[in-house]
Amino acid sequence: MIEDLYRTMRTIRRFEERVVELVNANEIAGVTHEYVGQEAVAAGVCAALRPDDVITSTHRGHGHLIAKGADVARMTAELLGRVDGLNHGRGGSMHIADLGLGIYGANGIVAAGAPIAAGAAWAAVQDGSGRLAVTFFGDGGANQGVLHETMNLAALWSLPLVFVCENNGYAVTLSQQRSTAGSLVERAAAYGITAESVDGMDVEAVLDATLRAADRARAGRGPTFLECRTYRFVGHHTAERTMKLGYRTDEEIARWRRRDPLVLAAAKLDEGRQAAIDDEVEDVLERAVEFARMSPRPRPEDVFEFAYASGLRPRDGVAA
Amino acid sequence: MSRVRYLQALGKALRDEMERDPSVFVVGEDVRESLRGVTKGLLDEFGESRVLDMPISEQMFTSFATGAALAGRRAVVEYQIPSLLYLAFEQIVNQAQKLRLMTGGQAKVPVVYLVPGSGARLGLAGQHSDHPYSLFVHAGVKTVLPAFASDAYGLLVSAVRDDDPVVFFAPAAALPTRDEVPDEPYAIPLGRGRIHREGTDATVVAIGHLVHDALVVADELADEGVSIEVFDPRTLYPFDWELLGASLARTGRLVVYDDANRSCGLAAEILATAAEEMPLTSPPKRVTRADVTISFAVELELAALPSRERLRAAVREVVREAAHR
Repeated sequence: MIEDLYRTMRTIRRFEERVVELVNANEIAGVTHEYVGQEAVAAGVCAALRPDDVITSTHRGHGHLIAKGADVARMTAELLGRVDGLNHGRGGSMHIADLGLGIYGANGIVAAGAPIAAGAAWAAVQDGSGRLAVTFFGDGGANQGVLHETMNLAALWSLPLVFVCENNGYAVTLSQQRSTAGSLVERAAAYGITAESVDGMDVEAVLDATLRAADRARAGRGPTFLECRTYRFVGHHTAERTMKLGYRTDEEIARWRRRDPLVLAAAKLDEGRQAAIDDEVEDVLERAVEFARMSPRPRPEDVFEFAYASGLRPRDGVAA
Repeated sequence: MSRVRYLQALGKALRDEMERDPSVFVVGEDVRESLRGVTKGLLDEFGESRVLDMPISEQMFTSFATGAALAGRRAVVEYQIPSLLYLAFEQIVNQAQKLRLMTGGQAKVPVVYLVPGSGARLGLAGQHSDHPYSLFVHAGVKTVLPAFASDAYGLLVSAVRDDDPVVFFAPAAALPTRDEVPDEPYAIPLGRGRIHREGTDATVVAIGHLVHDALVVADELADEGVSIEVFDPRTLYPFDWELLGASLARTGRLVVYDDANRSCGLAAEILATAAEEMPLTSPPKRVTRADVTISFAVELELAALPSRERLRAAVREVVREAAHR
């Protein structure tokens, strides 16, 4: 198991590092939000899930997708805006999705996925499928009203929904101390939701907590709130490097880096196995980037494709 | 064929669709008791797994419907007052509506956002009287606003069957009207306008409940020898530009009678499109709501709303100006 968890985390880490290279080389437009440092959360949570379970992700979503089984080649193609991307180049980093794998999408609006996951969880109960839904959000998302509306309903209806709060200490640049009153787990507990705080750098601890939450959800005993204490080792997004922001100290970053979740997991592997997995991951990612670069760019005349399920063509910007 | 009130027609459409398709469910506030009158009897007939009362959490239950839709359901979300759509605007416009394109065609979000009693209802004042359909048209969300019970039935059936999000406004001022509604189920396709009365001097595009007003004014003006064509778009997005173009090819003159605010309202779009693409023989006019919050005092409420008097004046002017050319 620890091998699989390490492989997932290593894939996420190296994927993000390759993405930064591609952003810096202007092969990826805009900015992306790197998951570096938080890998144990996605890997641990998703290892507890069934293939048909649903997740809703965030603007920092690459890790969740990889851990839920999304194809890294098609993910890379999506980030490059190519037609073979998961969303055929229409979504990009912040909207990347694979509905067939239960990945209801990254989301550009903080905590917006929570009520969507609740709807999916309710449908799962109606279907009698034993499926559950997980909604990822951060400590920033914990202050959105819609998250609280969703916690209320999930508790009220005992929905099979797991709230995974990735507390990395910062809502963009605003520290938890400056943004958040009280304790996150106590907030959830106030709704009658079983809540626990987990070491988000320890992938096995995250997995164990999620397995307990999943058992509870599938047994009809309702939602769980997991606060995973973690840290992003890099900026809020790829553009932050050049911005010289002062909201975190180098000392604080260094302290967290000493608890790098990959290093902690690797310590439990045979050295030979770790090297083999690392090589394997490099190979997969190398092929992913090649695949993405080979994929055609969308044609401008296809700008209206996919706008409506019914096939309705939107109005163009000039007179018909 | 029975003569039924507007809300009964909506209720019948919901019942028929829920009967036909077990994936359809209704969600909203006080829908079990049917405070607004549309969902009456549905709880007894279909059970509590298909008629969901929600806590007062409009943003949550709007996206809840999206999640259920992604998981294979068809949702009808009821909002008791039109301005609740402002609360849920993010969830409708930025989530449900965009998911199809953003996911490259993976997502299908069949959700109807139903407002039974949209627009002003005399005395409900500033926060309960808006008619925000232009906002959804602006965002490219399919938007329906039927004037007659028979259209409301057929369009709600189509909206529920549609695989895209649809905002469905049932104008408060049209709710007391009755209309012949066939007993057998039928659907009216989205995006098709209807000409209620043919005429030769000017086309009046009337929106929602204002169609009833426009028909009265057309009768009155007929006595003065002015022949008005009354055009009811029924669906605001997609708009039936083809039918409007054909009407204007006959009349050449256009007045839009619209319950949206004047600035960037639906009437502005109709005038602009007609000016760019259609054969107008005289400058078009629009009679709209004022750009002002609705006051409580009835005199002030009425002063802000479009009126038959203003429509009559606008039509006379458009017809007269044409005569002077």
